[in-house]
Amino acid sequence: MKFMVIVKATKESEAGGLPDPQQMAEMGKFNEELVKAGVLLAAEGLQASSKGARVRFSGGERTVIDGPFAETKELIAGFWLWQVRSLEEAIEWVKRSPFHGETEVEIRQVYELEDFAQVMSPDHLERRKTLESQSWRQQ
Amino acid sequence: MIGGLMRIVRDVGLAEDMGQEALLAALQQWPETGIPTNPGAWLMTTAKRRAIDYFRHQSMSAAKNEELARTVAVLEQTTPDLAGRLDDPVGDDLLRLIFIACHPVLSRESRAALTLRVVGGLTTSEIARSFLTGEATIAQRIVRAKRTLAEAKIPFEVPRGAELSARLGSVLEVIYLIFNEGYSATAGADLMRTALCEEALRLGRVLAELETAEPEVHGLVALMEIQASRARARVSASGEPILLLDQNRALWDRLLIGRGLAALERAEKLARGKGPYRLQAEIAACHARALRAEDTDWERIMQLYGELVGIMPSPVVELNRAVAVGFARGPEEALKLLEPLQREPSMKNYHLLPSVRGDMLARLGRNAEAAVEFERAAEMTQNAREQKLLRERARKSREAEQGA
Repeated sequence: MKFMVIVKATKESEAGGLPDPQQMAEMGKFNEELVKAGVLLAAEGLQASSKGARVRFSGGERTVIDGPFAETKELIAGFWLWQVRSLEEAIEWVKRSPFHGETEVEIRQVYELEDFAQVMSPDHLERRKTLESQSWRQQ
Repeated sequence: MIGGLMRIVRDVGLAEDMGQEALLAALQQWPETGIPTNPGAWLMTTAKRRAIDYFRHQSMSAAKNEELARTVAVLEQTTPDLAGRLDDPVGDDLLRLIFIACHPVLSRESRAALTLRVVGGLTTSEIARSFLTGEATIAQRIVRAKRTLAEAKIPFEVPRGAELSARLGSVLEVIYLIFNEGYSATAGADLMRTALCEEALRLGRVLAELETAEPEVHGLVALMEIQASRARARVSASGEPILLLDQNRALWDRLLIGRGLAALERAEKLARGKGPYRLQAEIAACHARALRAEDTDWERIMQLYGELVGIMPSPVVELNRAVAVGFARGPEEALKLLEPLQREPSMKNYHLLPSVRGDMLARLGRNAEAAVEFERAAEMTQNAREQKLLRERARKSREAEQGA
């Protein structure tokens, strides 16, 4: 299963400062571990909200609101996409991530195709056979 | 802890020794590194590692075969413990384990079961569910596999040199088998089966970090990533399979495609000829790069199938090549390639051959012949849905013939 691991913004990240070299090195090492364990799918850091914008929808109206945004703790500073076997495994990995000081990391499961299984036809065995016999075309 | 260890090594004295050693290691390391988050798990993992080292050391000695079976047994009985798994250095041990579980003395099915058990940490019942077989069958398969390994006196090591490529082929085959076993499952299917896809991808990604210089490892990873990227687009809401060219490409997972293309690039940089996985990945990449079906670079796909036929000759690959030729050069050229396949004994009951022939004939406006081919194909397949589809095509061809 996939999880998005969301790193919340801090005063520092919102100020637009880059992490210091030691923090970068620690994070690099951690990411390397994730890659070697076959866990890391993607990792991105986000620039300060002052460089972003929001579009608010209200009925037919669209209002553009320029950053920065006030509620720092609710903002996102970066995210990972992880492939793990359980929420517990994701939590265990997060506990090992090299964050110091006050911050919060949120773990959210990504919807998978199977989550929509109920709204799909149940005779999957027959489908499976069809797919197998046609798999040559699926390349 | 000793109790847990005893369950693993089945020897009180040994369990105690290992526990003692783990404690010693802790006394040496913790003052420097700080006490780990989960000290219990740390000790257990360390002790287990000592046990494995012990058995490996033993396996070098005369009683190699018996001890090897025990090594595998140790790993097999190790209850999946999360902290331990995360702590395990992904390295030589894991690699050895993969190579031994995928040893060519074992059948493909046994290799897959053993790999999932000792490398993937899946339970016997999970493996049974994912392969749609009974638990007893899987358990027996694993027992027999271990016996075979012991009898063949397989050393617990990573092969090098010339042997590596042969053995690596066997490892890649197993990973791809596990992947396909999961990939052929669809939306409504048992969750375990899709977990197989993920497990295969994980094994592939891990292997790619361990055997970085092997282009075929990256080729296989690329192939799996790109195939997995289409999972959401392969089945309609009502459960009908959707063929590649009819898929909604907006549903393809761009992240996985990106990863697949990156893996392919790694394989290309190593530039040591093209193996079958890399070639198949390149074909998959051609489709992945085309934002619309009509943008597909059939010329290139045709060329790649030509190369694939050269190193992995098989009637099914020939058939695929003919389809690509049909798109790149027209149906007449494709029909020429299909000609010899019709005499191929293994193709006698393969419904896709008449189905493709029907396709090409229909495109040439030879509707009466096309109808005959579609009918033949319908008779060959056991699948009701497909039968319906083929009969429908036969009917349309007949209609076109009468209208002409």
